[in-house]
Amino acid sequence: MTSGQRQKARPGRPPRRRYDVLGLLVAAVVGFPVYWMVLTAFRPATEILSLPPEFWPSRPTLDNFARAMGTETFWANVRSSAVIGVGTVLASLLVGTLAAFALARFQFAGRKAFVMVILTVQMIPLAALIIPVYLLLNEAGLTDSLAGVILTYLVFTLPFTVWMLRGFVAAIPVELEEAAMVDGCGRLGAFVRVVLPLLAPGLVATSVFAMVQAWNEYVLVYVLLSTPEKQTLSIWLVSFQTSFGTDYGGLMAGATLTALPVVAFFLVLQRKIAAGLASGAVKG
Amino acid sequence: MSAEPVRRRLRSVLPYLLIAPTVLALVVVLGYPLVDMVTLAFQDMTRKELFSGSAPPWVGLRQFRTILGDRFFWTVVLRTVLFAVVCVTLTMVLGLLVALLMRRASPWVRAVLTSVLVAVWAMPVMVAAAVFRWLFDADYGVINWLLSQLPGVDLARHNWFTDPWQGFAVIAAVVVWGSLPFAAITLRAALAQIPPELEEAALIDGARPSQVFRYVTFPAVKPVFVVVTTLMTIWDFGVFNQVWLMRGGQPEREYYLLGVYSFIESFAVNRYSTGAAIAVVTVVLLLAGAVVYLRQMLRLGEAE
Repeated sequence: MTSGQRQKARPGRPPRRRYDVLGLLVAAVVGFPVYWMVLTAFRPATEILSLPPEFWPSRPTLDNFARAMGTETFWANVRSSAVIGVGTVLASLLVGTLAAFALARFQFAGRKAFVMVILTVQMIPLAALIIPVYLLLNEAGLTDSLAGVILTYLVFTLPFTVWMLRGFVAAIPVELEEAAMVDGCGRLGAFVRVVLPLLAPGLVATSVFAMVQAWNEYVLVYVLLSTPEKQTLSIWLVSFQTSFGTDYGGLMAGATLTALPVVAFFLVLQRKIAAGLASGAVKG
Repeated sequence: MSAEPVRRRLRSVLPYLLIAPTVLALVVVLGYPLVDMVTLAFQDMTRKELFSGSAPPWVGLRQFRTILGDRFFWTVVLRTVLFAVVCVTLTMVLGLLVALLMRRASPWVRAVLTSVLVAVWAMPVMVAAAVFRWLFDADYGVINWLLSQLPGVDLARHNWFTDPWQGFAVIAAVVVWGSLPFAAITLRAALAQIPPELEEAALIDGARPSQVFRYVTFPAVKPVFVVVTTLMTIWDFGVFNQVWLMRGGQPEREYYLLGVYSFIESFAVNRYSTGAAIAVVTVVLLLAGAVVYLRQMLRLGEAE
């Protein structure tokens, strides 16, 4: 009702309802693949391979999930993905916060060059560097190890982490820190007691990105990790695809399981992520 | 008295100490491999050198002469450029439209749209590839069935990957679907920062909605639009996963893009140096896009 009244005040604008319908239509089209994945995952095998397809759930089953989770290495791969994800996040936050603080709070010779490097390396595709990175880790004896993977992911998440956290640090007024220092805190004390708590939302938003990158990456782990138990969920999913042929029920259950942690993570934190994009990445 | 200079010196060293771990990590795991990649492109490294650890022989520009003189290489370059242009254009146009739509829709519709976009955004690439393979399955795929419902269309048992053009259309759909949320959400964040008075004033002054968009709305989001477009170009130029996964890890030659070509030369054929040379050419081609992106980012940074 109120929106209708406001429309009168703004001539030349079609009513809002038309945009609402269009918006829901777009949501339906964009969301359809996700819906179809979940629907197939819960569907008995006989119904999956039948035409015409059924668009609503009937007789949902957990068989597909049981089959997917029953594959030999599933739980080992979950563990491996979790270790790599958490390791990458912790390492990149630890290293990234320091550099972000330096960029946001200090003017120093070489600052601009550092920013240039941070921005440029974001653009190097990981796939292009796979050969020399492989050779490097091979020399260091880190080819079939999770540590090698974490180290490589760290480098590919760092630029973004630094750049985004820089925005969050810059948004915290310097005066707060200075006040703490006047009150007798050292620089470190001021950082730990004042900056860090205020930075928490930024750290959370940034860690989501690092986590998702690590969780979703495929090529590097495919080349680096040869022991089946050490491989990640992304490799598990792809090998599932080849070894089970057209078992789409199992495949979609596996896909749902692989996507679940990151999608849940993203949805819970979506507001913070949007804020992070607006303050960190976009405003510069 | 003596504490002051020490503290001042610490102050001037501190930023360097803070960035040191980042710099170190970047130099070792990124800088060194980058140099190594360029070096490798001027050598001839095969399986033998990899396992024996002996230094590969120098061959100068031979790798580059070979690939640049190969017609197939140029076909792949052209294909990659065309693919990237199509994907970026679609992503940016659709992304902008969705962002504009989100602005006009009621709050609850906007919330629904945001949730869907965020869920899609978070979908891992290999999950997206698996889902689209199923959607476009020749026998039981829902897309074939849906399209067959249109009058005059019969796509029963139609295999989308027999014809590379159609196959790439499906791959482009996965890529655009996956990157649309980032474009839409970022552009929406940028649109939200335009004061509504600006556009209302233009409307009151008699501007048509299309004119408001062209002269008020778009110029305001243009910096962000340019940044996102460049990032998209860089990502879509380097597409690897989607092709690799949609073709079941064994893409046919008709499905090679630069990233795939380089990877296969290295790890399937074990011609590491040819693969490295292709990667070098790819990165050089990307530099053009990189310059635009950097200039825009620095300008945004300075405006702060």
